[in-house]
Amino acid sequence: MSVQIRSLTRHAPKASRKLLNDVSLTIEDGAFVALVGPSGAGKTTLLRTIAGLDGPYEGSVLVDGQVLAGRPMRERRIGFVFQNYALFRHMTVARNISFGLDVLPRGARPDRGTIAARVAELLELIQLPTLGGAYPDQLSGGQRQRVALARALATKPGLLLLDEPFGALDPIVRRQIRRWLRGLHDQLGLTTVLVTHDHEEALEVADRLVVMQDGRIVQDAAAETLDAAPATPFVMEFLGEALAFAGRVTHGRFLPDDPNVLSFPVGAGDGPATALLRPHEVRLVAAGGTAHATPLAGGQGGLRRLAVALGAREVEILVLPERLGAAGTEGLGLDIGRARLFRDGVPLAGALVAPAGHALPRVTGVG
Amino acid sequence: MGEPSRRGNAVLVAATYLTVLAVLVLPVVLVMVEALRAGLGAAWRSLLDPDALSAIRLTLLVTLVATIVNTAGGIMAAWLVTKYRFRGRGVLVALIELPISVSPVIAGLVWLLLFGRQGWWGDWLDRHHIQIAFATPGIVLATLFVTFPYVARTLMPFMEQQGREAEEAAFLLGAGFWRTLWRVTLPDARWALLSGILLTTARAIGEFGAVSVVSGHIPGLTETMPLHIETLYNGYQTVAAFTMAALLALIAMATVLLRSFLEHDFRKGSS
Repeated sequence: MSVQIRSLTRHAPKASRKLLNDVSLTIEDGAFVALVGPSGAGKTTLLRTIAGLDGPYEGSVLVDGQVLAGRPMRERRIGFVFQNYALFRHMTVARNISFGLDVLPRGARPDRGTIAARVAELLELIQLPTLGGAYPDQLSGGQRQRVALARALATKPGLLLLDEPFGALDPIVRRQIRRWLRGLHDQLGLTTVLVTHDHEEALEVADRLVVMQDGRIVQDAAAETLDAAPATPFVMEFLGEALAFAGRVTHGRFLPDDPNVLSFPVGAGDGPATALLRPHEVRLVAAGGTAHATPLAGGQGGLRRLAVALGAREVEILVLPERLGAAGTEGLGLDIGRARLFRDGVPLAGALVAPAGHALPRVTGVG
Repeated sequence: MGEPSRRGNAVLVAATYLTVLAVLVLPVVLVMVEALRAGLGAAWRSLLDPDALSAIRLTLLVTLVATIVNTAGGIMAAWLVTKYRFRGRGVLVALIELPISVSPVIAGLVWLLLFGRQGWWGDWLDRHHIQIAFATPGIVLATLFVTFPYVARTLMPFMEQQGREAEEAAFLLGAGFWRTLWRVTLPDARWALLSGILLTTARAIGEFGAVSVVSGHIPGLTETMPLHIETLYNGYQTVAAFTMAALLALIAMATVLLRSFLEHDFRKGSS
C-alpha cells in the first residue's frame, strides 16, 4: 500500500506550536521507510496521523490514493505497533492476537476454527508456538514485542506502522528482531513505516530514511545519499559523529580559519562556509602544519582513535591502525578534502564528494 | 534493624490492634449483644414486623438503583476525566468529589429545596401529581448524590495509570467505542471497578443524613433501615433497634470484607 502526504500541518493542542509543519511525503508500495530524528521532531505524530489517531489536521493523507478518515478501521488495512506494545493485559497471547478478528462484524468474521488456525500460524511466525495461553505479564520484552506484531498482522494489513518498536529491548534482542522484521516485511510484501531515534537501526533495516527536525522533514533519501550529501549540518551530525571546520571560499578554494587545516579546491562562489566531515575521513599530512597527535585508548570498527591538538582546539579522528604514526606525531596538517561544505545551513553546490571507490568502511554511531 | 526498634514495632502493632478492637470491633459486638439480649426468637420476630420488612425492602431497592446508576455514571465520569484533557476538566474532578466533602444533610436539603412542596419545582410537581420529596424518588436521588463519587474515585487512579494506548490499539484493530470499553478498558479495570461498586453499595445501604432530610420518616413507607433504627430506638424498642442495626452492620462488614479480599487478590494478580 502506498501513502501520499501533502502539506500536513498539525498544531499542539491549545497552543500555536506546530507539531508537524507542512510535511509532504510519498511512500511507495512495498517500501520500508524509517522516520528518524531527535525526540520531539514529530516522527510519532506523523505516524499516528497516518494511522488516523488523534484530532484534526491540515493537508491531506492518502493511503492507496484514498482518504481514510471516516472509513471503518477494518477497511483501512493498517497495522500499528506501539512503543510499549499496548497489549491487553487481561487477555492471553492468543486472545490478544485474535482481537482484530474477534471484533469483526458477524458477517465478516471468520469462524472459530479459522481464527484459531490463523492464531496458530501467527504464533509460528513470531516463533512463540507454545505461548498462546500465556498472559503478557509472563513474557519477556522481546516476546511481547513479537506478540504486538502478530496482533497487528492478524487482520492482514498492507501497511505496517511501528512506533519505536525496539526502544525497550536489549541490544542483542534488538538486532535479532529488526533482522527478523525486515525478513517479514519482504516475505509478506508489506509497506512498512518505522519510527526510531536510532539512526543505526534505521540504516540497518530501512530502504529509505526520512530525517525530521522540529516538525519538518529535513531530508528524505536512501542511506548512502544521506551520508554523501546531507541536506543540512543537522542531518550530517544526526547520522554520526562529525567534525566542523569554519573557513571561507576564496577563488575556488576553501581556506579553513585554522592554519593547521589544509585548504582544498571547491567549485563554489566566494564567501564564508563550514566544512563537515566524519572523524575517519580526516587525513594527517606530514609537515603540513604544527599539530601533534596522541593515540587514545579505544577505537571503532577496527579504526584507532587519535587526539589531534590544533593549537586553538583539539579534535578526535579515526585512522586505520597501519597508518597510525605513518605521518609522525609532530608537525602535522589536516587534510579535510572529503568534507561536505555548508553555507548558512545549506549545502554548497560544487563541494567535492568523495569518489565511491575510495570510501572507507562507513563508521556510524557514536553515543 | 536492631532489637530496640523491633520491640518498638511490636508495641506499635499491639497498640494498633487495640485501637481497632476498641473503636471498630467492640461497637459491632455490643450491637450484637444488645440485639440478642431477649434471645434469638425476639430478635427474629422484630425483623418480621411489617415496618421493619418495609424498611429492608426500601433499603434494598434504593441501594440497587443507586449502585446501578452510579456504576454507569462513575465509569463514564472516570473515563472522561482520565482519558481526555479538556477545558473544565479540573472543575469536573472537583465536582465528582464534592459529595464526599459536603455534609449529607445539605445534600438532602438541596433536594427538598428543589422538589419539596415549597421548593422551586414544588408547584409544578404538585399539579402533575408527582411526589419526589417525602417519597421513594427523593430517597433515591439523595442516595445517588451521596454515593456518586465512589465508583469514579476508585476507577480514576487505575484508569490514569492504564493510559490510552490499549484503547488506541483496540480502536486500530477495528473495535468501536462500546466494544473497546466493554472488552478492553473495563475487564482490565475489573478489580478497581468491583471495589468501587462494593463501596457504593455499602455507602448506599448505610446512608442516613441525606435520606433523613428528604424522607419525612414515615414508618412503613419512606423509612430505610438506618432511619427505622432511629425510630425504633427513640420508641424504646431496644431489641428491634439493635437487631436491625446488627443486620446493617453485618451487611456492611460483608461488603468491606469482600472488598479487601478482592483488593488483596488484585494486588497479588498484578505483581
